[in-house]
Amino acid sequence: MRIYVCIKHVPDTAANIRPLGGTAFDETVKFIMNPYDEYALEQALRIRENGAGAEVVAVTVGKEVAVSTLRTALAMGADRAILVKTDAYFTDSAETGCLLHSAISRDGSPDLILTGRQSVDTEGMQIPYRLGALFDMPVAANVVAFSMDEGRVIVEREIEGDVREVIEMTMPCVVGAAKGLNQPRSPTLPDMMKAKKKEIRVIPQADLGFLAPVPAVELLGLQTVPDRGRGSILVGEPERKNGAGASVPAPERGQGSIVEKERLWRGSAFSSRRGKARSKKPAWAP
Amino acid sequence: MGALTAARQDPKGEVYALLPEPNAEACHEVLRQYGADRIVVIQTPEADLSPFPEGQAAVLAAAIDRFQLDALLGASGEAGRDLLARIASIIGAPLILDCLDIDFPSGTVRKSHFSGKTTATLRLNSRPWILGLRPNIITEQIDPRPGDIVVYEIPLHVSKRLVIREVKQGSSGGPDVSEAEIVISGGRAVGSAENFRILKECASVLGAAVGASRAAVDAGFASHALQIGQTGKTVSPRLYIACGISGSVQHFAGMKTAKVIVAVNNDPDAPIFQKCDYGLLGDLFEVVPALTRALGPGRSK
Ligand SMILES: Cc1cc2nc3c(=O)[nH]c(=O)nc-3n(C[C@H](O)[C@H](O)[C@H](O)COP(=O)(O)OP(=O)(O)OC[C@H]3O[C@@H](n4cnc5c(N)ncnc54)[C@H](O)[C@@H]3O)c2cc1C
Repeated sequence: MRIYVCIKHVPDTAANIRPLGGTAFDETVKFIMNPYDEYALEQALRIRENGAGAEVVAVTVGKEVAVSTLRTALAMGADRAILVKTDAYFTDSAETGCLLHSAISRDGSPDLILTGRQSVDTEGMQIPYRLGALFDMPVAANVVAFSMDEGRVIVEREIEGDVREVIEMTMPCVVGAAKGLNQPRSPTLPDMMKAKKKEIRVIPQADLGFLAPVPAVELLGLQTVPDRGRGSILVGEPERKNGAGASVPAPERGQGSIVEKERLWRGSAFSSRRGKARSKKPAWAP
Repeated sequence: MGALTAARQDPKGEVYALLPEPNAEACHEVLRQYGADRIVVIQTPEADLSPFPEGQAAVLAAAIDRFQLDALLGASGEAGRDLLARIASIIGAPLILDCLDIDFPSGTVRKSHFSGKTTATLRLNSRPWILGLRPNIITEQIDPRPGDIVVYEIPLHVSKRLVIREVKQGSSGGPDVSEAEIVISGGRAVGSAENFRILKECASVLGAAVGASRAAVDAGFASHALQIGQTGKTVSPRLYIACGISGSVQHFAGMKTAKVIVAVNNDPDAPIFQKCDYGLLGDLFEVVPALTRALGPGRSK
C-alpha cells in the first residue's frame, strides 16, 4: 500500500506577519509544518505501524526552503519525500492541487492520500477536494476519527453544532485531517539523524507543465489587520446596587465611558439580539 | 440569507436561489423576502440526497451549468465549505472560502490569511466564481423579489462510493458557535468541565452559544467542537465574551472579526485587554454568575 501525505511549509502560527507591499511579506520568520498536516502524517505512520505495510511519501509544493519541513516529515517517519519547487511563495489552491496531482501520479499510484483540512497561511480549505476530483476519488475532510477495513475507509467528520458524520468511502480515497484525529509524535534526535539519509526528490514546477499565465484566483495584496487596541477596562464589584460600586479608571485610549459601562452591566447594549451594539467597526469588516 | 444579501450587492445581478429540496415550500417565502428573483427547485430521481454529498454537489454543479450562473454563493460553515469545495472541484472553478466581503464590479474578494493577522485581496480571473462567506459576516437584509419558481429535473445517477452512514449528535448541546450571534467562551481558567456550567447558564439567558479556548479543550473541560481559533472554529458574532482566556494569536484567529469583544480576566496585564472593546477585570467565577443574574429572567432588559 502506498500513502501520500501532502504537507505545507508555513510560518509559525505565533509569528508576526509583516506585509512588505504587493504580495510580499517578511519571510525571515520561523517556519513550521502546517499543524493540520501533522495529524495527516501521524495517521499515515500509524497505518504503516499497524501492519498494513505501507510506504509513506510526503509531498509538498513550495520554495526550496520547504525542504526543511520535508526533513521534519522524514524525521517523524515518512519513508521519502517529494518537493515540487516553485519560485513564488503563493500558489492558487487549484494550481497547487494540479501540481500535487501530477507529482503524485508520476511517482506511483496512491491507495490513500492524506492532507490537512486547511493550511494556516492561505487558509484555502480545498486541497483535499481538488485532489479528489483530479484523481476521481471520494473525499472527506475535517476528519477527527479514521479506520480502515477491507478496501474501505470509515471516518468521522466534524460539522457544525458538535455533530459528526460517520462516512464510509471506497479506497483509494482522500482524507483531510483535523485536530482531534490523533496526537502527532515529536521526532527524537536519532530520528532527525536518520532523516538526513532519506531521499528528497526535487521537481521544478515547470517540469510538471503548469505555468498558467494568470491563475484563476490571483493574490493582489496583503494588508495587516490591526488589533482593536486596549479596551475600556471595568473594575469593581460584580453585583452593583443602584449605581454604587464599580469604578471606572480612565481608559487609556479614551473610548470607554460610564454610560457604556452601565449599558454593558445592565445588558441593554446587548440584550436585544438585533440591538445595535456599539459599533467600533473593524477596518476589515464590510 | 446572508448569501442572498451578498448576491444582491451585485449591481447587475439576477439572483437565483438553488433549492435541492423538492418539499421545502416553507422556505420559498423567506427566499423571496431576502431577494431571490427566481427559486430553482431541483428534483432528482433519488428521493433523499442527504447521505450522498457527492450527489448533492453534482446536482448543484449541473444547475450552475443549466442556468449559466456567473457565481455561486453560500455560507462557509463546515457543511457549506464541504459542499462548495465539492462543486468547485467538479467544475474546476475558482473557489474562495471564508470570504469577508465581495466586490462584484472589480471581481475581488477579501479573506483572512495567516490566521487573521493579514487580509488578502484576491481577484477571480475566471467564471463561475464559487464563494463561501464567513458565517454572520454579512447582515442579512430584507429586499423582496418575485421569487418565481422554476422546477429543474435532473436524471442523476448518484455514485454510492461515499455514503454518510450516521449523523452523531455530540454531548455539548446548545446552539452552534459558528452561526451564533453571541458567543461566550471559557479558557483554561474555567478549571473543569463541571465549571463550564456557569458559562452555559449565562449563555442560555443571553441566547448565546458556548465556546472554548484550546487550552480548555485540551484539558478536557470542553468538547473539541466548541474550540474557537486557529485549529478550531472561526466565528464572527455580534458579541464575543472571553472568560479566563489570555488572548493568544491562535485564539484571536478564530474570533477577531467579532463585532464587539468583551474580556473577563483577573489579571490586569492579560494580553487580551490590549485587543478587546471592553475588559471586565475580575474573577470569572464572580463576574459570569453576576452577568447571568443581571441578564436573567425577571430583569428589565
Ligand atoms: C498550532 C497551534 C494552534 C493553536 N490553535 C488554537 C486554537 O484554535 N484556539 C485556541 O484557543 N488556542 C490555540 N492554540 C493555543 C494558544 O497558543 C494558547 O495556548 C491558548 O489559546 C491558551 O488558552 P487560554 O487563553 O484558555 O489559557 P491561558 O493562556 O492559560 O490563559 C488563561 C487566562 O485566564 C486568566 N484567569 C485565570 N484565573 C482566572 C479567573 N479566576 N477569572 C478570570 N480569569 C482568570 C489568566 O489571567 C489568563 O489570562 C494553538 C497553538 C498552536 C501552537
